[in-house]
Amino acid sequence: MREITYRQALNEALAEELERDQNVFLMGEEVAQYNGAYKVSQGLLDRFGSMRIIDTPISENGFAGMGVGAAMVGLRPIIEFMTFSFSLVAFDQVVNNAPNMLTMSGGQFNIPITFRGPNGPAHQLGATHSHATECLYANFPGLKICTPATPRDAKGLLKTAIRDNNPVLVLESELLYSSKGMVEPLEHDLLIPLGQAELKREGSDVTIICYAQTVPLALAAAETLEGEEISAEVLDLRSIKPLDLQAILASVSKTHRVVVAEQDRPYCGIGAEICFRIQKEIFDELDAPIARVSQEDVPMPYNERLEQAVLPSAEKIIAAVKKVCYA
Amino acid sequence: MSSPEQRDEVEMLSLMLLIRRFEERASQQYQAQKIGGFCHLYIGQEAVVIGAIAATRPDDYLITAYRDHAHALARGTSADACMAELYGKVTGCSRGLGGSMHYFDKANHMYGGHAIVGAHVPLAAGMAFAAKYRGEDRVTLCFFGDGAINQGSFHEALNLAGLYKLPVIFICENNLFAMGTSVERSTSLKQIVDRAEGYDIAGYVADGMNFRDVRDKLAEVVDGIRKDPHPAFVEIRTYRYRGHSMSDPASYRTKDQLEKFRMDDPITRLRAQLTREGKLTNEQFDAMDKGAKDTALASVKFAEQSEEPPLEDLYKYTYANGEST
Repeated sequence: MREITYRQALNEALAEELERDQNVFLMGEEVAQYNGAYKVSQGLLDRFGSMRIIDTPISENGFAGMGVGAAMVGLRPIIEFMTFSFSLVAFDQVVNNAPNMLTMSGGQFNIPITFRGPNGPAHQLGATHSHATECLYANFPGLKICTPATPRDAKGLLKTAIRDNNPVLVLESELLYSSKGMVEPLEHDLLIPLGQAELKREGSDVTIICYAQTVPLALAAAETLEGEEISAEVLDLRSIKPLDLQAILASVSKTHRVVVAEQDRPYCGIGAEICFRIQKEIFDELDAPIARVSQEDVPMPYNERLEQAVLPSAEKIIAAVKKVCYA
Repeated sequence: MSSPEQRDEVEMLSLMLLIRRFEERASQQYQAQKIGGFCHLYIGQEAVVIGAIAATRPDDYLITAYRDHAHALARGTSADACMAELYGKVTGCSRGLGGSMHYFDKANHMYGGHAIVGAHVPLAAGMAFAAKYRGEDRVTLCFFGDGAINQGSFHEALNLAGLYKLPVIFICENNLFAMGTSVERSTSLKQIVDRAEGYDIAGYVADGMNFRDVRDKLAEVVDGIRKDPHPAFVEIRTYRYRGHSMSDPASYRTKDQLEKFRMDDPITRLRAQLTREGKLTNEQFDAMDKGAKDTALASVKFAEQSEEPPLEDLYKYTYANGEST
């Protein structure tokens, strides 16, 4: 194992899959000559050439659709959105063309495409650039969605996504690009299955279900709570769809108390679905109503203090844990 | 002009007849409420897709919008599979899951059947990109109506195709109306072909009521693209005799206009040309027409006798290999 950044992990995943399969190519805004808006594709143009690392104009619908078309005839495109907030300009391609094609064609055309890029609020980018899109895309059958929170998960999930025969959204996180973590050595072909959650910390009093940007918040909260003699288990979903329901049920059956910490908004957010699943399957295991920590239901304000008020935080997670623990 | 890729004209005429007779039969079955959803007929426009087919190879990629029955039939999808799709039967070209607007036939390089106006134009650019990526000399034929040319995805795709020099022919089937809105009421240009100029893409105009004009113009364009990959734009002026869809009485246009185009019917014209040149007798034509009518009628019987898609297959095609989430 060695310590690398989340950005480096993604870069390694891209390079390894480009190397492995000639049908894989990377397309998006600033991915080639600029080396990526967030430097995730650093060095790939030099290594793989301009036919496989392709700069596009600012035409999200156009190049996302090109990816879908190329996937129909056997290529395996990786489409980078500079941020998933911009994927909304390509929404029709992502939700109408990519996931519907297999059904509409009676099983003739699967679409092996990866859409990737940062998702969720970063820092003071305002309402248009701060969307957490996972709850939107989760509503469309035919899509798969993963949300890596660590360098290891970023590498393993992206590599798996590229090899998947379906449209997969890899929702990265701008705030995590420079974070570091231990990852297997380069020669190790690291693949992490979609739909497998991971316990990031074991505990016995309460389960904090989290993903993406809320994972470090939940871990920080758990650390603080330990000092107050509350043992919190931190379950990182890693994939939103497929959802690892078994892992959720197993943890909740152990702790009997749940806080869902999500980075999207509360109305029809990911947490709403998780709460439903838990009460449907193991209602009797619950010792308290489930609490949710999410964004506030407002367009994101620019002002730093107000933005902090909108976002989930370790403090909000701690408060929610205390509430469900009646502490 | 003629090229070795061109196909026999009598065979092309018989395909035009098949399309027309199939759609007349589909129209009848729709009115008898045997067919659900929307149903957009191509009658009057047959020379467009058949002219394109005559100028290209069977392995060239073809993608179109929702008025797609003719494109599948032209590509060799059977009338049985096309009619069964309208009936929503498992024997349909999309197993009854696509319907009229979503015909697909991978074996015959028919890539749909796309019902969001303009949304498939970037897909065509992607298919052409794949051909170039692999060093193939395939051409992608992308059909769309005059209504698509004001959609953002169309403009993005043309720019991308021009930028990357992709081997794609954008074929605008200008039938003068986007549903009920005429080109004059929707488009700021005097002629649609001028759209191409803005993307430094060569533009051509062909007479969509004249099979030979469509074929010859496209053959020339295809020839150039095979030698050196680049996009082209062809505005093909045509007319649909029926309404936008089955529920449209087409009150936005005049009887005179319809009659003018009917007098210029593409099937009648090609028949006359071939007869005059001694390549087709009246008996041969009558036999072909009867054959087309019989095929269309038989397709109805096939569709009616076919099975519904099984309920247990409901989740089968949501993910590749039947995976579930």
